[in-house]
Amino acid sequence: MQKTSDIGELQAIARRVRRHIVTMIGAAKSGHPGGSLSAVETLVTLYFDVMRHDPANPKWPERDRFILSKGHAAPVIYAVFAEAGYTPADSLNTLRSLGSIYQGHPDRRFIPAFEASTGSLGVGLSLGLGMAEAARLDKSPARVFVMLGDGEIQEGQIWEAAMYGGFHKVDNIVAIVDYNKIQLDGFVKDIMEVAPLADKWRSFGWNVIELDGHDIAALQQAFADAAAMKGKPTVLIANTIKGKGVSFMENNPKFHGVAPTKDEVEKALQEIGA
Amino acid sequence: MSVKEKFELKLGAATREAFGKALVELGKADSNVVVCDADLSKSTFTHLFAKEFPERFFSCGIAEANMVSIGAGLASSGKIAFVASFSAFVLNKGFEQLRVNVAYSQIPLKVVGTHSGISIGEDGPSQMSVEDLSLACSLAGFTVISPADEVATFELVKLAAYHDGPIFLRAGRVKVPAIYAPGQKFELGKAITLIEGKDITLISTGLMVAECIRAAAILEDEGVSAGVIDIHTIKPIDREAIANAAKNTGCIVVAEEHFTSCGLGVRVAQVVCETNPCVMEFHGMGDYYAESGTPEEVLVHYKMTGKDVAVTARKALARK
Repeated sequence: MQKTSDIGELQAIARRVRRHIVTMIGAAKSGHPGGSLSAVETLVTLYFDVMRHDPANPKWPERDRFILSKGHAAPVIYAVFAEAGYTPADSLNTLRSLGSIYQGHPDRRFIPAFEASTGSLGVGLSLGLGMAEAARLDKSPARVFVMLGDGEIQEGQIWEAAMYGGFHKVDNIVAIVDYNKIQLDGFVKDIMEVAPLADKWRSFGWNVIELDGHDIAALQQAFADAAAMKGKPTVLIANTIKGKGVSFMENNPKFHGVAPTKDEVEKALQEIGA
Repeated sequence: MSVKEKFELKLGAATREAFGKALVELGKADSNVVVCDADLSKSTFTHLFAKEFPERFFSCGIAEANMVSIGAGLASSGKIAFVASFSAFVLNKGFEQLRVNVAYSQIPLKVVGTHSGISIGEDGPSQMSVEDLSLACSLAGFTVISPADEVATFELVKLAAYHDGPIFLRAGRVKVPAIYAPGQKFELGKAITLIEGKDITLISTGLMVAECIRAAAILEDEGVSAGVIDIHTIKPIDREAIANAAKNTGCIVVAEEHFTSCGLGVRVAQVVCETNPCVMEFHGMGDYYAESGTPEEVLVHYKMTGKDVAVTARKALARK
């Protein structure tokens, strides 16, 4: 795997990741396209530029850790793993089928590169804190990144974790809220408003960075700022568009958890481009 | 030698205290051992470890779910990680995290629940744990341990630390009779036959093991030869010991400080059904919660004494 800081190259990887997402969910006939597409730039920036990791040695003790706490966005990390060389790209379309390593939600029994099996919302940030504490104890340079959904932070355990991270000054962890404003039943503001997000996290003692979660340069800067911040954990509030890159999926609650039809896959691939 | 001669049953330390002391010994021998607690360290005795190794003690506040996941993160990073709270809290409030972050994720976290059963006494049912064995046993891949006394706890905590898999260990609040002499060897999954019997076998775990010994002494005076088995590892259960007891005595009573609907008894019964079906009776908590009182009062009121176990044994013998 070749790491790069070049924005053009990262955007090209992001396009390939989007194509994988749409194609595999179309093939599986079920899955979560909206929240996978909204998280693409964050994961591509992390895995191809920011994170210290090695696909040839997924258990390297000093690796940085990533936890997809919003586990239903599994297709985006499957696509990133395949592009990075952790897992085979040619079987991505076995998503959600019996015997596939590409299970419905991340399952570390099948893919050792996963730090955690996720899918039940609300638990990933606490798990990341444990990994961050272990790294601090070992004086390891390892850093921990945890992606949360905006709907997911309605779970109470997220705020137990937020309180712990701020109080114990766990500055080697970065939470990213994929703030795409839509959850399964509709718009977050109509189901259970989570705003004002920045104020909430700041009041729990976190360094808050708000940014456009599709702007790779902004993500690079934010991760650098997070690494430089000492004495506080950092949260990125990544303003994103659910279904980003496919016009008929964008901001459409229907595509939280519904697969595109064959025709829709074709149309989506045309829009994304090569 | 009579049962009374063989077992003095002098009061020893509480199993929670033995757990705390074992943690300190583990911590001294291995810098990889870490401990998390949720604002009950003075009750769970993890404060002993916290005092010796403050940098390896993680105070999580009153947030058990967060604590379980943090412990899982520590364990997945190679630490020998213990999380402790009252059984009623760590299992009920942390169950989802135990299922997803620990059992399903195959993380070797060590979970210790103290103040188990009804013998916690005065604090009452919100703090009493009468379903923890059921919950813990339903977590795939977990080894579930329930020591009977101080010596057993001390040794089993040390075995648990180096077991390559997740553990739940059930400890209690009150001082319990000493059954084992220092130096007694334990093996996870291997029950200990304390008394060989010919007519009936009393199978038990935790503080009810001592009560079964008392019941065996009572029955002995009546001319009944009652065996006693300590199942210190509820899961995986010692099938051989149970099958042999069923075959040799044809009559089994299981006594536990837990709901009888979902604890040790039903697990023993499963083995008996699959091997040597025989008469069985189940002694423990029915489908109700207990109430406040001194531990002694509560245990007597809810029939958790040797005398009560002997009554159940006579009932079983009558059906034989």
